[in-house]
Amino acid sequence: CIPVLSTYPILKTLLRRVEKVDGGLDSQDVATSLGVDHQAIVGAVKSLLALGDVISADQRSSKHWELTGEGCEIAEQGSHEARVVSSIPEEGMPQSQLMKLAFGKVGFSKAMSNKWIRLDKGHEGGPRIFKTVEHLEDLVRDKLLLVQKGQASQLEEKEKNELKKRKLLSEVTVKSYWITKGSCFSTTITKQETELTPEMIASGSWKEKKFKPYNFEALGVAPDCGHLHPLMKVRTQFRQIFLEMGFTEMPTNNFIESSFWNFDSLFQPQQHPARDQHDTFFLSDPAQAHEFPQDYLERVRKVHSEGGFGSQGYKYDWKIEEAQKNILRTHTTAVSARMLYKLAQQEKFTPVKYFSIDRVFRNETLDATHLAEFHQIEGVVADYGLTLGDLMGILHQFFNKLGITKLRFKPAYNPYTEPSMEVFSYHEGLKKWVEVGNSGMFRPEMLLPMGLPEGVTVIAWGLSLERPTMIKYGINNIRELVGHKVNLQMVYDSPVCRLDS
Amino acid sequence: MPTVSVKRDLLFHALGRTYTDEEFDELCFEFGLELDEITSEKDIISREQGDTKAEGASDVILYKIDVPANRYDLLCLEGLVRGLQVFKQKMEAPRYRRVSPASSEPQRLVITEETTAVRPHAVAAVLRNITFTQERYDSFIELQEKLHQNVCRKRTLVAIGTHDLDTISGPFTYTAKPPGDIRFKPLNQAKEYTAQELMSLYKTDSHLRHYLHIIEDEAVYPVIYDSNGIVLSMPPIINGDHSKISLNTKNVFIECTATDLTKAKIVLDMMVTMFCEYCEEPFTVEEAEVVYPDGRTCQYPELAYRKETLSADFINRKVGISESTEHIAQLLTKMCLRSEVMSDGEQIEVEIPPTRSDVIHACDIMEDAAMAYGFNNIPRTTPRTYTIANQLPLNKLSELLRQDLAAAGFTEALTFALCSQEDIADKLLKNISETRACRISNPKTAEFQVARTTLLSGLLKTVAANRKMPLPLRLFEISDVVLKDESKDVGARNNRRLCAVYYNKSPGFEVIHGLMDRVMQLLEIKPGQGNGYHIQAADDSTFFPGRCAEIFACGKSIGRLGVLHPDVINRFELTMPCSALDIDIEHFL
Repeated sequence: CIPVLSTYPILKTLLRRVEKVDGGLDSQDVATSLGVDHQAIVGAVKSLLALGDVISADQRSSKHWELTGEGCEIAEQGSHEARVVSSIPEEGMPQSQLMKLAFGKVGFSKAMSNKWIRLDKGHEGGPRIFKTVEHLEDLVRDKLLLVQKGQASQLEEKEKNELKKRKLLSEVTVKSYWITKGSCFSTTITKQETELTPEMIASGSWKEKKFKPYNFEALGVAPDCGHLHPLMKVRTQFRQIFLEMGFTEMPTNNFIESSFWNFDSLFQPQQHPARDQHDTFFLSDPAQAHEFPQDYLERVRKVHSEGGFGSQGYKYDWKIEEAQKNILRTHTTAVSARMLYKLAQQEKFTPVKYFSIDRVFRNETLDATHLAEFHQIEGVVADYGLTLGDLMGILHQFFNKLGITKLRFKPAYNPYTEPSMEVFSYHEGLKKWVEVGNSGMFRPEMLLPMGLPEGVTVIAWGLSLERPTMIKYGINNIRELVGHKVNLQMVYDSPVCRLDS
Repeated sequence: MPTVSVKRDLLFHALGRTYTDEEFDELCFEFGLELDEITSEKDIISREQGDTKAEGASDVILYKIDVPANRYDLLCLEGLVRGLQVFKQKMEAPRYRRVSPASSEPQRLVITEETTAVRPHAVAAVLRNITFTQERYDSFIELQEKLHQNVCRKRTLVAIGTHDLDTISGPFTYTAKPPGDIRFKPLNQAKEYTAQELMSLYKTDSHLRHYLHIIEDEAVYPVIYDSNGIVLSMPPIINGDHSKISLNTKNVFIECTATDLTKAKIVLDMMVTMFCEYCEEPFTVEEAEVVYPDGRTCQYPELAYRKETLSADFINRKVGISESTEHIAQLLTKMCLRSEVMSDGEQIEVEIPPTRSDVIHACDIMEDAAMAYGFNNIPRTTPRTYTIANQLPLNKLSELLRQDLAAAGFTEALTFALCSQEDIADKLLKNISETRACRISNPKTAEFQVARTTLLSGLLKTVAANRKMPLPLRLFEISDVVLKDESKDVGARNNRRLCAVYYNKSPGFEVIHGLMDRVMQLLEIKPGQGNGYHIQAADDSTFFPGRCAEIFACGKSIGRLGVLHPDVINRFELTMPCSALDIDIEHFL
């Protein structure tokens, strides 16, 4: 075929052609008339398009006829039957010899049916073939040459279909461009640079150069970086909120806790279902805690079994063995209890605001929203004269920082707080009130045995870290968020956490 | 939280008006209840067993209402209605009275010495001339079940037996006998069984099998006889068929046997206060006498009314409101706590009825006042408590390091603190005895056998679950492991670790080494002996021989790094080489 010209001259030629026509040009026609491969013109169109509005090009598709490999051969060398005729000398040739030629078999039968040759079967030395015509019109070749010149339209449909049947022609769909002048049409083009180089900056040559426009539709290259886990991002935000509100972080780095601090100190009776094997993980090693503040333990025993501090108590047989049992803490409130006890041992009471966000453990039935371990967020304020209104006010401020402004409170029950309130927020999406946390005032039966002064009230609230995170990041199954089955792509893709937006 | 299911129309009839679902939901919310679900028997059966089974079932609308766990007085329609009517000031709280039988001795229940070993307490009472309807009867049975599940702690603390008094004759004896010696026809069975036979019969009973363990291993089983030797019940398992109550029962003998006397009294009070409104003389309960092995006698039910005195100021100060003494007394009365302003105009005398066993301290009364006032009517105020915030140094360090590890190209994982023993031992080619692991006694599955002693297994499991992700995988976690430690009060302590893994076609020791160098740089520790850090070859079965080093900082061993042993890779179902870093960051506080 015709060698492809270097790109630059093609661009110029194409531009000149476009300049000459009033309407537009089909890229396929340009290719044919220039005798170049259509792809070369397509490449030129794309290069010109990349320069801006020099030209405009609309893609269109058209059907046209093309020679097959065999068709090309025939257009060049003549049809098989014509070649058969021309290869036979005046004195004829043996049939066996003819059949050895590449075009022999097909050419023989076609030439026979055209009556261009005859076969003498009884010839001495075997069947022999003789020409019956001197000059012949090779119509097949002529038709193919027409198609090759792009003049297929001169042939009748019937003829084209016949050639198609002989596998000499095929009909192909061609995508081409309809090229017209663009708003900045010009026949002179400047070579464009792809990128700014240090040399250009040094020489100042960038001033004269034109730069290839960027494709702003494409995505950039992802940076090679690490990522923080979404749940931990949310934890950071909650931590930040507590710090903004003046809360001090409690040391919650003790997953293993005694039942005493987890339950008894909180005035949670020993028969409470939360202390059941079905709800709590007990330890077999180390099975028991061995050290308690003895006088405090005695006050706890008394308030459970006999009452006191203004309470009737639960009036049951409190057992030290139950209190000694080690467990995986079921709430971080166990740490709050330790902290409040410590506070009560100070010579003089000072008001405190405490918070923690850490793991807690429940031996529960697992489902799409419950795991055996989760993170509890907890806030505690201890001061003289705090009211239920103060608790609601501080919850209002806390949730405001999470972007939750509509709150209401439902009376609830919790063994160690009284009053206890479930916190509901209005969910704009679901158009209903949903529970977002739990809160309350610690019972005097918890605080007074610790030794806190009578007038001190302690208000507290808690919520899970997982639930707001799942809502924030639109995750329905908790296993996709927490634990080793996490999808790292989700971690890579998770956005920053701004809880108030 | 217990859920009580009541027929909506029956409820509205009893409340004397109808509500829309929304209105009733709102009322519940104010009162501390939750309208959990609106359904019907048909819906429930259809959901649980399919539409075909549900055909013909009742489509009467049911309200399922969540009741706070300490409000046993709201566990049936009767109690709910009474609570709400008093709250809405449609009626006054009834006064429950214990009365002596009109013309005879009270029923007696004699407790024998033998019960001490197994279930020492019993209380009893009589509902005289009661009129049951189908609904009342159903509610009566249902309340027993609710109480059994809640305050009775699945019958371990208390078990209730109710009997048609006209089919039996006192005095009754509560004793305990060897299982072979107890023989009777149990409720809804056709023939007599010994206690032994019953225990095996009920092994397959979907309901009763859950209670067998309570007495199964005891030498003697509790049993109650009437004066003719008829078995009333074998608590806490089953009643006798002979004395079973029916719609036509007029006189009900109620006994509660228990391991906790306080709870037994509460349960008996609940049973009688809820249903005595259907007695000929409403809100009266006929006493029964309990005779103890030592000859002492007690009259039950207690139906004790207790008085507490508190000031309006106390309530105003705790709630954060400023209401008059009179108004606060009214609020409390709405909560079934009949209250009167005392002569000084400041103190309030509050009477706690037998139905409110949850009120054990003035703070419980304060809560009721707040509820009656309406939590959402209380002004929301800001406490003036002035404090300076402090971060826990360990958490502060962890937060800072996390940020920089991510900046160093490692992605944060979040793995479980509980795992199988295999995860921290066998799979890491370690012996469990050298791990100092804390062991859980009651795990439901192997995933919760121990508290982790290393973060490495969690990270390797995270890699295994993400094998389809493009390599390399660089992961880290900063979190706590748990180790046995005798010096702590509970015998164990947490330890904050930093662990990282690099997983790729080549082990990348230099990558994980470089991360370690970076961590040291962040912690301002320079390479070198003495006050710097250095690593030296170490033997560790988790790592490939010759590819593990121990890390020393300021003269102390703080962790290890190296290329993991191919067997470790295999055991975590991984296929590529992997290097890891594991350090204790508590040294840097």
